[in-house]
Amino acid sequence: MSQVEELPVPEVTSDRATPAGSRDAMRAAPIGSPTGDRAFRGVMTLFGLTILAVPAMMVAQLVRTSQLSLAKFGLSFLTSSTWDPVHQQFGAWPFIYGTVLSSLLALVIAVPVSIGLAIFLSDLAPSRLRKPLGFLVELLAAIPSVVYGFWGIFVLVPALRESVEPLIIKYLGSIPFFEGPPLGFGMLAAGVILAIMIVPTITSITREVLKAVPDTHREAAIGLGATPWDTIRYAVLPAARSGIVGAIILGLNRALGETMAVTMVIGNRPKAAASILAPGYSMASVIANEFAEADSDLYLSALAEMALLLLCVALVMNLMARWLVAMTKNRMGGTA
Amino acid sequence: MIDTDPQPAVVAETTKISVRKLNAYFDKFRAVKDIDLDIPEKRVTAMIGPSGCGKSTFLRCLNRMHEQTPGARAEGAVTLDGIDVYDRKIDPVRLRRQVGMVFQKPNPFPTMSIRQNVLAGHTLNGLKVKAPNEVVEQTLRAVALWDEVKDKLDQSGMSLSGGQQQRLCIARVLAVEPEVILLDEPCSALDPIATARIEELIDELKERYTLVLVTHNMQQAARVSDYTAFFYLGDLIEFDRTERIFTNPQVSRTEDYVTGKFG
Repeated sequence: MSQVEELPVPEVTSDRATPAGSRDAMRAAPIGSPTGDRAFRGVMTLFGLTILAVPAMMVAQLVRTSQLSLAKFGLSFLTSSTWDPVHQQFGAWPFIYGTVLSSLLALVIAVPVSIGLAIFLSDLAPSRLRKPLGFLVELLAAIPSVVYGFWGIFVLVPALRESVEPLIIKYLGSIPFFEGPPLGFGMLAAGVILAIMIVPTITSITREVLKAVPDTHREAAIGLGATPWDTIRYAVLPAARSGIVGAIILGLNRALGETMAVTMVIGNRPKAAASILAPGYSMASVIANEFAEADSDLYLSALAEMALLLLCVALVMNLMARWLVAMTKNRMGGTA
Repeated sequence: MIDTDPQPAVVAETTKISVRKLNAYFDKFRAVKDIDLDIPEKRVTAMIGPSGCGKSTFLRCLNRMHEQTPGARAEGAVTLDGIDVYDRKIDPVRLRRQVGMVFQKPNPFPTMSIRQNVLAGHTLNGLKVKAPNEVVEQTLRAVALWDEVKDKLDQSGMSLSGGQQQRLCIARVLAVEPEVILLDEPCSALDPIATARIEELIDELKERYTLVLVTHNMQQAARVSDYTAFFYLGDLIEFDRTERIFTNPQVSRTEDYVTGKFG
């Protein structure tokens, strides 16, 4: 200590280079109470830990409840198409198929729209329109899914049945993917509803990623005489690519887990049909619909296994998306 | 003095770019005020002045980059070889192929290789390059980068040092064969050695191109430019041969600035 006071250069081992005078001042009276600080830290840590505890508890509970079904059906649970509560036979294939197909349909419809919208919002829209439009897009995400479902039943399904599906059948009906009667309710309706629901997700994240691409890239391209479209195509989109993929996966994630709106329009028939016009069923929908009437332990257990499966898919997708988004930001210099 | 004089500074050279009554705005703020200036062909013209004096804005008006900023606009006339670039019939995209620009921070395209960066101007404009390898070699030689990168043309442009990146960016501009090159503080992010190399390069380029250089470094202006324009608060205070600006300026404010009394 005395050494420090004699020399203007602080010793290397001291943790802070502070002049002696201010050291005395700091030593004089402690500010705040150490006990209060410790308590604060403890409580906050506890809150932090809940974020780990909640998913862990969920997984533990689902694994426990699904033991019966896991033991009885094993891997055939994934591949069997029989869903017969009366004879206690449970196979998840039609539901996996329904979830995946409706979500993929949603992506096919939503991705081009969302990316276009995001480009418009980040680069092309007049600057005074960007904020209100971006706000509107995010407002779409705030609409409860049951409201989407209602709109689906009363507007979308009749529209599909009376105008869109007859057209599809007329021109593409010979392809198995588009055959069958125009029912309205079915995979296509679910895909369209999901597409509308995930557009805000994909758009807002893509817009953020596009905004993270430094303006110097845009200026470089514009300075070389690139048109706005070429600037976006060659200078902005490549730099944002992995982030956009991340945005798409987060959208897919939302589509995979969506329950209410899908249940209301998908038709709820546990059959894996090739045609997107045919009714189907999804994992989330069957859990919601049949949970209350699951009268045997095995039935309940099968639904729990379905939930576990859905959780795993969502988790993996989410991690992948976050990793991809982080990659883009790092490459852009991190200040996104 | 001269800013109130309706006659532009007289230049006994061929004029490449002629600027008359140029005003540039950011919303309501007038950043560049009634500038009259003739930029001579195949010379280096430097713009100096303290931060916020409008020199960069002025530069960005010459290839109509200024209007890319939301809320920004420019009024007045800028003629390139007698053609008004602010004419409604002029496509700013075409203009920028003739008037290339190098920016403050080296900005090679991060997803492109060194080679692709050199050819970026062609890719961006959808042009076919007849002999891409020759174009790449020639332009990289022109910026004295060829020997340093010839064995790693397929690596990312971001793998280069700052000075090399900036020379790559100049090569990218040269590859589209512009007539004018605008340099917006091209060395401000570079170390002294890299700066010296860029300055050398500027000196070589003026044989073939008209260069306009914005710099906050007066010594740099004195070293590389033939003509210097001194901007202050959006006004063009004085424009003359560089040696005159630095040895015998006509306006006292110019003298104060170049001798370091303010700025």
